[in-house]
Amino acid sequence: MLGKLSWSAIPFDQPIPLIAGAVVVLLMLGALALVLAKGWMPYLWKEWITSVDHKRLGIMYVLLGLLMLLRGFIDAIMMRAQQAVAYHAQGYLPPEHYNQVFSAHGTIMVLFAAMPLVIGLMNFVVPLQLGVRDVAFPTLNSVSFWLTATGALLVNISLVVGEFARTGWLPYPPLSELRYSPGVGVDYYLWAVQISGIGTLLTGINFVTTILKIRAPGMTYMRMPMFSWTALASCLLILAAFPVLTATLAMLTLDRYLGFHFFTNEAGGNAMMFMNLIWAWGHPEVYILVLPAFGIYSEVISTFSGKPLFGYRSMVAATLFICVVSFMTWLHHFFTMGAGGDVNAAFGISTSIIAVGTGVKIYNWLFTMYGGRIRFTTPMLWSMGFLTTFITGGLTGVLLAVPPADFILHNSMFLVAHFHHVIVAGVVFALLAGIEFWWPKAFGYRLHEGWGKATFWFSIVGFYVTFMPMYVVGILGMTRRLQHYDVAEWHWWLQISSVGVLILIVAAGCQVAQLLVSYIRREELKDITGDPWNGRTLEWATTSPPPVYNFAVLPQVIDTEYYWELKQRAFEQARLSEEPKYEAIEMPRNSPTGFVCAFFATIIGFALIWHIWWLMIVGLIGAYATFVVFAWRDVPEYMIPADEVAQQDRARRAARQHILNTGEVAWQ
Amino acid sequence: MSTADSTITIADPFRLGHRGPNLARGHGGGGPATKRVVVGYGFWLFLLTDIIIFACLFASYAVLAQATAGGPTAKQIFDTDRVAWETACLLASSFCCGLATIAVAKRDQFLTQLALLATGLTGLAFILLESSEFAALNAQGYGPSRSAFLTGFFTLVGCHGVHVTAGLLWLGTMMAQFYAKGFRPDIGRRFLCFSMFWHFLDVVWVAIFSLVYLVGTRL
Repeated sequence: MLGKLSWSAIPFDQPIPLIAGAVVVLLMLGALALVLAKGWMPYLWKEWITSVDHKRLGIMYVLLGLLMLLRGFIDAIMMRAQQAVAYHAQGYLPPEHYNQVFSAHGTIMVLFAAMPLVIGLMNFVVPLQLGVRDVAFPTLNSVSFWLTATGALLVNISLVVGEFARTGWLPYPPLSELRYSPGVGVDYYLWAVQISGIGTLLTGINFVTTILKIRAPGMTYMRMPMFSWTALASCLLILAAFPVLTATLAMLTLDRYLGFHFFTNEAGGNAMMFMNLIWAWGHPEVYILVLPAFGIYSEVISTFSGKPLFGYRSMVAATLFICVVSFMTWLHHFFTMGAGGDVNAAFGISTSIIAVGTGVKIYNWLFTMYGGRIRFTTPMLWSMGFLTTFITGGLTGVLLAVPPADFILHNSMFLVAHFHHVIVAGVVFALLAGIEFWWPKAFGYRLHEGWGKATFWFSIVGFYVTFMPMYVVGILGMTRRLQHYDVAEWHWWLQISSVGVLILIVAAGCQVAQLLVSYIRREELKDITGDPWNGRTLEWATTSPPPVYNFAVLPQVIDTEYYWELKQRAFEQARLSEEPKYEAIEMPRNSPTGFVCAFFATIIGFALIWHIWWLMIVGLIGAYATFVVFAWRDVPEYMIPADEVAQQDRARRAARQHILNTGEVAWQ
Repeated sequence: MSTADSTITIADPFRLGHRGPNLARGHGGGGPATKRVVVGYGFWLFLLTDIIIFACLFASYAVLAQATAGGPTAKQIFDTDRVAWETACLLASSFCCGLATIAVAKRDQFLTQLALLATGLTGLAFILLESSEFAALNAQGYGPSRSAFLTGFFTLVGCHGVHVTAGLLWLGTMMAQFYAKGFRPDIGRRFLCFSMFWHFLDVVWVAIFSLVYLVGTRL
């Protein structure tokens, strides 16, 4: 009746996951009880859960990403603590548990923390920057979000019910085959990543369509803001790479569930085919994350230097160059496969060449700052921390790109140090900068600068103290994923590394404090004008938070940095442009489709993991029924009357007129 | 300070008939495209991603095609007569789908339903023929677990079969929508997507027919 599921799936004998799971369940029940007691449920259902508004979905993505970032960080703390004490000892984590922790850390950080944060910011910002009202397929957008949430939920269920994969964040066969991993851990991985991957694929389709087909009149390609360009490049990569992930995971699934022989040792299976396929997705995935991060830095540096982005066209070209070349480097993840000198040389060269595109970008950012009037706000600090840190991280990457060096450094702690160096400094710094930068647009108040700066300084110091020792132990010969070790030289370095984690814990505390303090003091941090940073792109033209339709009338774009030009003209002439003629606006109606889809996806995923076949059939029928019900809807849109639009837009104009009248603006 | 207040007179990006001065919609600076363009374009992108999934399966089949592990080779098990009939059914189905497109354009309920029914029946015939092929192989002990070659074969061809089956479900829903809702613009757009999907499955089948069956029986 319940397949493989029984009481033995709950780890009653292991206190750590049990207590952690119990705390999470209690917190969730507490939150639910609070919501029900306060009567917030109808509000949450109507305004958030069923919302198809790209801004709301973006905020929910970011919330999911921040929660998972915390979960992944807790895994990181556990690993650093283990390695700090496991010298000539077993440490406090048993090997099978430690293996689950590092697998979950990688999976969660890349797929359920970084991806939702990146996609969340794209969701929130891109339609605003393009001057339009929503994405191409609003309901599909909601489906994407809820499928991502399903994946995150399944990974976290594995904490208490059953186990997670012990195979690392990419389940390499033959270890991940049924013979060597008979438990449900790999199955949890497969279905969680598969379901959220489909969500991401749909996001890619949605945003490429949006950016290529739905832009404000006059918004030609060469007038698009840089973040929108990088979002386009990132989504093109999603389109090309995520189907490979879907196919590869499906093959491994068939091996495990139906006894197929794609990657097995027996009957002619080929495990190296898995490495090639998974990295054909995995390498572009790195750029899916980092390209939008580059876009965030571009916006932040240009805004706080008070200058247009230097070399806009070369920045676009570099972005697309990286987009294409990122598909030609996957083999550098396994130079040791034995493909031979010619193949390794080709991939070594392509890997080094991709640094050229990144170099172009670095110079563009530096020249944007050169001669600018720089304001050292928190987002700007993150960006400058990135510039200095990312360059050295990239240099260690060029080292790893040289096949002979890679044969020595492969799968060592040097590699671990390298990819944390570029992903933390490249992606995580950008995401924190982006959240800080667009927070006032989303919620109508700025975040507290003091706590933000404290977060930045603790983060960057903690980052160096944590990860630089890893380079050293890597060169001293330490391989990754060691549960314990007997080498005295490594011990001190790993202890320094764990001190770095303590500093990062302080940084995380500062970040949480910043959010709380800012919320409490939101009145004094209020953004009245909708343009708190003296911004340059269209998202700063509307109010903070923007109305559901974003723009009362679509802007007619006539220039790059059109909003900046318009603003300067208004200052010169000391008056706003003519009041436009308002018309009724048609907007997509909210729909529970996404949530219901995710509900059935969770059921299907859980049933497949535990081999509960009847439940899977129930889930599939439910999913088909959802599809039919959605297809049967008659009124997909509603109208916002012209009067209402006019009233709201006049209030916005009045706030801006007030600033023009008083003459002075104190830009943050 | 001012706002992005320069105006155009048309309010909504999702509405038809909405364009900037002297510019085509959905290109360059012409403003948001029409719903039909947006839906069609998005579905094209979806088809491209589906093609990449098939590309992975083709690639894995190519890698594993010679790994027969002492089991049968392609030449020993492929029945070209049956495959020829399968191909005929699927091409006929695509043709009927084309007829349905004409009937929809003419707003003719009876002809639409008839053409879609023919599309569905020929598609069903294809699925039945393919199932019989799979069943026959299994009965001989040549299932997907026998060798890596058969794993690659069953997955590639089976994935196409699953697509056709899902397409048949969609087709049934499509017929019901035309019957219940008539020729509404949104249902017309869905049918556009369906027909693209159906012809796309033909294209994939042509590749399977050539690269799996024809090459397999020659080598």
